[in-house]
Amino acid sequence: MAADRLSLVFGALADPTRRAILTRLTEGEATVAELAAPFRVSQPAISRHLKVLEAAGLISRSRRATARLSRLEAEPLREVTTWLARYQRFWDESHERLDDLLAALQAADQGGHNE
Amino acid sequence: MSKTEITAEPGIPLIVMTRDFDAPRDLVFRAYTEPQLLVRWLGPRDLTTTVDRYDVRDGGRWRYVQRDPEGNEHGFHGVFHGAPSPEAIVQTFEYEGVPGHVMLETTTFEERGGTTLVRTVSSFQSVADRDGMVASGMERGVHEGDERLCELLARLQVG
Repeated sequence: MAADRLSLVFGALADPTRRAILTRLTEGEATVAELAAPFRVSQPAISRHLKVLEAAGLISRSRRATARLSRLEAEPLREVTTWLARYQRFWDESHERLDDLLAALQAADQGGHNE
Repeated sequence: MSKTEITAEPGIPLIVMTRDFDAPRDLVFRAYTEPQLLVRWLGPRDLTTTVDRYDVRDGGRWRYVQRDPEGNEHGFHGVFHGAPSPEAIVQTFEYEGVPGHVMLETTTFEERGGTTLVRTVSSFQSVADRDGMVASGMERGVHEGDERLCELLARLQVG
């Protein structure tokens, strides 16, 4: 994923209301009114959040009669997870090896033969 | 559950990493600064690390190369700023695959009750540099399986 798109996705995810909206959309499509219901914010405020999510490619929007439906687009989220997961895996595995090394060094110290 | 905590805030060119080790501070510091120990843990098991130089002093240079099973080599180098001590190691870090994109890394070691908390703050020249580093600098060609979206969202809430 291009770095600028990554920034857009991160920017969109930085807000707790927008993350809550995404979580709600994992259950299925929803109208603005449905998305606004759990929050103490106005529908126009929710609409602004939806625009940010749409610009980041995290949701798509369609019309049903007079209502606008929002729908989760999972791909950018998957890319973001992969982005950090690879880095996380590198360090997880390094640090597990370091755990083993530190244990071996301490055991050697206690056994009286220092490395 | 991962013991290594990595935080990459949106819009800020930093990566903060913390990890507790069940060992006294001096020993953890040795593992970070003695080349013959460093090569025994730095990087996943399928990478072979060779230290070219590791001059642990103020202004000292360091360089190591990591080889993957396919024979690809990735070189990294930098300079220590200030004398590295169990208090802190300050160094620059540059991946030779992307020259000119230098990062500043500060690692601190805090002992408490026999365990040592290691905290590394990596500061990049820009957010784009950070994102690119994570995306390609530690590239291992690992194919990630898809993760379930709900778990992902839960993690993003925490992160």
